[in-house]
Amino acid sequence: MVSPELLLTAVVFLPTLWALFTAFFEPKATEAIRYFGLFGTALTFVLTLIVLWQFNPELDVKETHAGYQMWFQMPWVPDWNVNYSMGVDGISLPLVVLTGLISFLAMLASWSIEKHVKGYVILFLLLETGMLGVFLALDFFLFYIFWEVMLLPMYFLIGIWGGPRREYAAIKFFLYTLAGGVLMLIAMLMLYFNSGRSFDLITLAEIGQGNIAEYVFSPTFQIAAFILLFIGFAIKLPAFPFHTWLPDAHVEAPTPISMILAGVLLKMGGYGILRIAFPICPYGAQYCAYGIVALGVFSIIYGAFAALAQTDFKRLVAYSSVSHMGYVLLGMGVWKISENADDAVYYWQMGVSAAMFQMIAHGISSAGMFFMVGVLYDRVHHRDLNKFGGIAGLMPQYTGIAAVLFFAGLGLPGLCGFIGEVFTVLSAWQYDHMLAIIAAGGVILTAGYILWTIQRVYFGPSYKGPHAEAIVPANSRELLVGYVLLAFAILFGVCPNLLFYEMNPTIERFVHQVDAGYDKALEQLQAAPPEGVETTWIP
Amino acid sequence: MFSTLLNQILSDSTGQPFGSLQLFGPELTLSAGIVLMLLARLCGIDRRLPTHWIALWMTFIAFSLGVFQFVEFSRSDLGTVEYFSGLMVFDRFSALFRLGLLLFLIFTITLTVISGIPDRDDAPDFYSLLMGASVGMLLMGGANHLLMLFLGVEMSSVPSYAMVGFLKGRKASSEAALKFVVYGAGAAGVMLYGISLIAGLLGTAEFPQIAIQLQTLFAGESAALSNPAIRLLMLGILMLLVGFAFKLSVVPFHFWTPDVFQGASAEVGGFLSVASKSAAFVLLVRTVLAFVTPASSADLGQIYLTLGLGIGVIAAITATFGNLAAYSQTNMKRLLAYSTIAHSGYMLMAIAALIVLRAGLEPGSTGYDDRCARAVEGLLYYLAVYFFMNLGAFAITALIRNETFSEEIEDYAGLGFQAPILAIGMGMCLFSLVGLPPLGGFVGKLFIFAAVYDSGFVHPLMWGILAIGGLNTVFSLFYYIRVMKTMYLQERPATARALRVPAWSYSGAFVLILTLPLLLPLGTAVQLVSGVAKRAAMSLFAGL
Repeated sequence: MVSPELLLTAVVFLPTLWALFTAFFEPKATEAIRYFGLFGTALTFVLTLIVLWQFNPELDVKETHAGYQMWFQMPWVPDWNVNYSMGVDGISLPLVVLTGLISFLAMLASWSIEKHVKGYVILFLLLETGMLGVFLALDFFLFYIFWEVMLLPMYFLIGIWGGPRREYAAIKFFLYTLAGGVLMLIAMLMLYFNSGRSFDLITLAEIGQGNIAEYVFSPTFQIAAFILLFIGFAIKLPAFPFHTWLPDAHVEAPTPISMILAGVLLKMGGYGILRIAFPICPYGAQYCAYGIVALGVFSIIYGAFAALAQTDFKRLVAYSSVSHMGYVLLGMGVWKISENADDAVYYWQMGVSAAMFQMIAHGISSAGMFFMVGVLYDRVHHRDLNKFGGIAGLMPQYTGIAAVLFFAGLGLPGLCGFIGEVFTVLSAWQYDHMLAIIAAGGVILTAGYILWTIQRVYFGPSYKGPHAEAIVPANSRELLVGYVLLAFAILFGVCPNLLFYEMNPTIERFVHQVDAGYDKALEQLQAAPPEGVETTWIP
Repeated sequence: MFSTLLNQILSDSTGQPFGSLQLFGPELTLSAGIVLMLLARLCGIDRRLPTHWIALWMTFIAFSLGVFQFVEFSRSDLGTVEYFSGLMVFDRFSALFRLGLLLFLIFTITLTVISGIPDRDDAPDFYSLLMGASVGMLLMGGANHLLMLFLGVEMSSVPSYAMVGFLKGRKASSEAALKFVVYGAGAAGVMLYGISLIAGLLGTAEFPQIAIQLQTLFAGESAALSNPAIRLLMLGILMLLVGFAFKLSVVPFHFWTPDVFQGASAEVGGFLSVASKSAAFVLLVRTVLAFVTPASSADLGQIYLTLGLGIGVIAAITATFGNLAAYSQTNMKRLLAYSTIAHSGYMLMAIAALIVLRAGLEPGSTGYDDRCARAVEGLLYYLAVYFFMNLGAFAITALIRNETFSEEIEDYAGLGFQAPILAIGMGMCLFSLVGLPPLGGFVGKLFIFAAVYDSGFVHPLMWGILAIGGLNTVFSLFYYIRVMKTMYLQERPATARALRVPAWSYSGAFVLILTLPLLLPLGTAVQLVSGVAKRAAMSLFAGL
């Protein structure tokens, strides 16, 4: 067993260290820099696997720190009660490992980057630090820093190495996320001042759930904080009215960065809602639950229709992400308060599990889809769906992998996309029949656009678009990335329990704690009429 | 009579371990430096020994004296020491400010040496003005009397006017200087009138006496606005604030700023935007604390609260205006001028929070002093960050100008890959100005926002101001990132002048020394500076 301080710090900061080393390379030694960067991401992936290996989902809660394993805390800015605090539980662990894997594969896919390779690798590694830090941080201040740290590398990665409209896409991404970040900052200050100056997410959750007598987050306060936090996270997710940055950013970003964006960055929105918004503001969450579910369902349908209308291959995949992340919102929101409370909590637990599963599955399938588009784009330098056709004959092995990955996105039984979709819809049935039916209808639309895409791109008699001569079978590096993603898509589709085993104990506890927290807030509301924001002060 | 006064000052130890002249050492050293430089030119020594060495060495000696005093003073149990018969005050707050300003002076002089802005003939003039202005700012930092307040403001302003017009033969420069003088003179006049009103009403001009006089003046009388004496007092305070608003370029007294910054050289711009702003803020904190005391009566407290909220609204307007107006700028210095206005707005929010907390909270309630001190701490931290990020931005503008002879943003195209060290440095400064972690600007902004949020418990309007402040962060990204976009996302035209600024040169090293502190310690090892700032801020409240 490696000490948690060392292990988690190494996971987060190894890429930074690697970026620092990379800075000393000769800029012209592009091949060496690529291999060095690949080695760094591989090493980070191995470290995340060690975290996975050290994590014991069956460990009794009493032996963990409020459910977190490998938890540690060190004072960072004692005057302001800021701590350097990290830990993993069943919600963050799969995302950490996913980040390690997708980063490694994306780096492997980065051989297509030709200009300024050194700068690219450095920014890529800094981005990885930000992503891993977000999933591991257990102090709001630390979380916020990692959250914002990702912005700069991402801006430049899209802006320098992106497609023709890269400047617009990069600034749009930056502005949207920064706006969300500012809302989160205000929520952070609200929580800080009403909790006797604490940034600790565990303490804040305890207060939010009414387990600490001195401080109370009153119901109105919870609603206000939840809405601020939710908008901040929904921008990243992205949910319907805040999604417009996504198609631009995904389309203009270079292939590996699209993989990262779809595979990891979107999950931060969902993770933030589960880690911060729900546990700290149970009353606010329940208050907004119907809105969340409705937003999720709308995103599913809206994203699917938008995808149907696209002629740009990458844009289609981008809109499919909007649609798929709708299932995540749907699953998280199906929290019904009814007479038969135990039953309702059971369905909610199912919904949250399914939402988590959907995040991981989408991380694999969408990263795969973007990579498949990228492989094709590298050869023919266009993405117009109507000019493709007949690729199956020219690149048979590639087409096989692509078809399975697209089917995984479609949600074909036996592949990873199926589990998340079916269980979110199932849990939604108990919540609201109408919404569940509409969400299930989304599956048909998804099947529609994905099958139509496969037909237009891969089948057909022959390729008649530009650069026909450049279409050569995929090389071994591309096949490796494809096969790894394919393997995970099938593995999680056949044995979903591999994931549920890691997640479920945490999610079960999470659901019951938040539910109890809501009950306490409700009691408080019934005992006393709602009042304004609490103004407790403890120096 | 003169000899008695002199003797009094020389033997002014009155049982204290720190004599007046001793405490005044750094200022005297700077003044001696000015005399030395002028004498050196008289004797022709400046032909052999470049003037900047004299300036640098004398500043360095002053800085060392300041460090020595800071350490000595921290060891003693003294909270505050008044010297020069109560005209000046020395406490940790002024000691810290003095250190910061002298360090800043060292950086500025080094920058002018690297960029070579005053030529050999002009150097004694330039450095005399620079150090003279600094002496004025040091006086502002320790002022304990309304008269010293005015003297300090004027002493720092007058050399600034000349420095702005230092690029002789450039029309824009002369025009800027003239504008600056006219505005400055007007503001100074209004300020002096305000001071005379206050002093006439209260019968004292000493800061510690003001609160006591206010109490006796309004003892048993209503201190509401219906009382003519209160109206007079408020008029005086408002006029005083006009003077500050001019120095801080707060809307609507900001009009001089863009022209002055564009007309002056970037080095002078950097000096003005950081040094003169921080001196004015430090002085403003002292002034505010002299008037707004826990002993203020309830009526007076209400008026102060309104005043604080008003300042908060003006701060929000200033930040918004600065950020929106910066958007359409094409000249780097002009853009930084508007950014300076915006940042004055952010920092003024801390002052507003301080007034609101001081006037609105129940004196003696838990954490009363602590909460007020945190507002000052936030301001000090922001100033410390501002030191590096704004001087860094101006310095890099100057260094790029030396290579490309242009300060237009469009001429920065493609610099990112040609002069990486300058571009990365500029990026760190600008993103710190936006307030992105892990750079210092984020921490500073967070501290100020925290104070503003805290003051929202007194009056919810402050929460609205906080929301506007947060929104401004998003606005400001637009124009700062435009510079980075030009540097990195656009190709350098083939006809453009190539840049050669290697990392291992004086300029490269200077940029590194100036920008790395934004990341470490200001951005990450926060406790290091915030602890010092906290103690300095607390020293203002301990005696009250």
